[in-house]
Amino acid sequence: MTMTQLQSASPSVSAATKAPGYWRSVGQRLMRDRVGIASALVLLAIVVSALAAPLIAPHDPNSGSVMTRLSPIGTPGHLLGTDATGRDILSRLIWGGRLSLLSGITPVVLATLIGGTLGIIAGMSGRLVNGIIMRITDIFFAFPSILLAVAISGVLGNGLGNTLVSLTVVFVPQVLRVAESATVQIARQDYVDAARATTASRLLIMTSQVLPNVLSPILIFATSLIAVSLVVAAGLNFIGLGVAPPAAEWGSMLNELRDAIYINPTLSILPGVMIVATSVCFNLLSDSLGSAMNIRETDK
Amino acid sequence: MTQHIRTESLGLPDVGGPAQPLLIVRDLKKHFPVRSGLMGKAEKVHAVDGVSFRIGKGETLGIVGESGCGKSTTTRLLLDLTRRDAGEIIFDGRGLGGGRDGISLKELRRGMQMVFQDSSTSLNPRARILDIVMFPLRAAGVDRTKARDRASMLLDRVGLHPHAFGHRFAHELSGGQRQRVNIARALATAPRLVILDEAVSALDKSVEADVLNLLADLKAEEGLTYLFISHDLGVVREVSDRVMVMYLGQIAEIGPAETIYDRPGHPYTRALLAAVPSLDPAKQIAEPPLKGDPPNPINPEPGCRFRARCPYAEGVCKAVDPAPVPVGEVEISCHMCNRASGHSQAADWLDALTKETADA
Repeated sequence: MTMTQLQSASPSVSAATKAPGYWRSVGQRLMRDRVGIASALVLLAIVVSALAAPLIAPHDPNSGSVMTRLSPIGTPGHLLGTDATGRDILSRLIWGGRLSLLSGITPVVLATLIGGTLGIIAGMSGRLVNGIIMRITDIFFAFPSILLAVAISGVLGNGLGNTLVSLTVVFVPQVLRVAESATVQIARQDYVDAARATTASRLLIMTSQVLPNVLSPILIFATSLIAVSLVVAAGLNFIGLGVAPPAAEWGSMLNELRDAIYINPTLSILPGVMIVATSVCFNLLSDSLGSAMNIRETDK
Repeated sequence: MTQHIRTESLGLPDVGGPAQPLLIVRDLKKHFPVRSGLMGKAEKVHAVDGVSFRIGKGETLGIVGESGCGKSTTTRLLLDLTRRDAGEIIFDGRGLGGGRDGISLKELRRGMQMVFQDSSTSLNPRARILDIVMFPLRAAGVDRTKARDRASMLLDRVGLHPHAFGHRFAHELSGGQRQRVNIARALATAPRLVILDEAVSALDKSVEADVLNLLADLKAEEGLTYLFISHDLGVVREVSDRVMVMYLGQIAEIGPAETIYDRPGHPYTRALLAAVPSLDPAKQIAEPPLKGDPPNPINPEPGCRFRARCPYAEGVCKAVDPAPVPVGEVEISCHMCNRASGHSQAADWLDALTKETADA
């Protein structure tokens, strides 16, 4: 009798379950945000050109002729001019996007995974575990992030791998703190209590009730963190703690073109423009993501 | 033909028979530690301080009291959402954590569920309604298809068409609709006792009536037992068989609703009832019967908790904790209701109370 009661289906449900879920609705709202779309398109163009560098870069980024050094913007054959050793700047910017984006985005992805997990654990744990994790986190906040990145990179030595490690270490506490405070706030809500009052395991409550609700503040923060990470990574490369020359990277290019500022100032701005444009786009995207994930704005 | 929510696979069987109270609570205590400043001495808020009561099968027990009196903490202790410091919880004759013959927390949480007060925070904002109602079933190990069927049946029972509402999010619903979802979720695992913690307090009066009717129907059709918490004295009187009046973590008075409302024995209950606004000019009062807020229940001194605001307080009220005394069917924790307490007005008070009973 019991089973028959459970099985006697109401026929209308299957249609209801096909309705878009939360993430689908976030996507739909994002598609309606013009600023979000524009910044996403700019970023897409930068990422695609970096990935397709061997196909679209007009010249070899690492070889140049001294005869054509410091050509101005608009020189035939060198659309964005050449640097002090005659290398084509457009090609170097396209190739440089690979390393710059890699060293800007990877640490944030790693920090989001590590810091997000630790933050959620800290937020759902008792006072002891929370205290241990959060006090260790506090130690990192005693140092400005750039200083900390420089210090760690200095200790580890230069190279792409070490840049990624040092930036990840810098960003983990920041993500952790956002994740922890979001989790603490969510864990207090009645719907988490309602879930606790069922026979659900802690893991199920964490994945079904807490995670979907802390994910949006974490993702929004992480997207804006990429904007910071790009600039800090470029900064490390600028002061020579990142990739080794002659590899093209926006930060190190900025340093190489520094000397040209008296001869041809417009040239030296170009890598900076790339860094700022990418950073700003990630910030705008973060804003759009924020309003798309705000559930109150649905159907408005 | 409506489907029954009761199912043998989910609900707990009736073990003790009709005479066995569904829930017996003995000497429930919760003292929250508070620390004032870093070096301040540790103090304790006596949120729930020795509460004992029982609920019969099919009965509705109402709990009333001012905010901060421990109503909500009591319900959280019952479901172990807050760990109790002391006290026994006996569900249908089986003690919680009581060894081999006892009831496990998992079983208890299938047999007892709660409808929360704030419908806007008690539903996961990023889950669809159908998933919210399915959750307790999935947690109990019911497979997806069956859980979905049962969840839509439950939504239908609480008056929300599953096709129209199942795919929506909580913020797309009105307060009354959200509270119906709350009820459907609470009923998912076919509990026998439903705790309604201010479940209708936040609703408009007209919606409140709808939801109360729904609760009454569900109770009649499914044989549910309710623990109904509210600060709205009128609503509590309407729905309750018995009423428990709480003051600062303790029970002031507990007994049949009619008796308590018509002939309140505890001065606190009297003051509480007198504070209900009346349209009858003869019953208008110039002075509020209760002044100020209840005192802070941090490290309370011995004696009656109500004495600071009680017009009849005497020396004995300061010295001795009043024990619950039976007066007819009501149990009252007041020295005036105990002839042997030494309170100067005990005899007069009791005589007046019994005379009122005789007149009624």
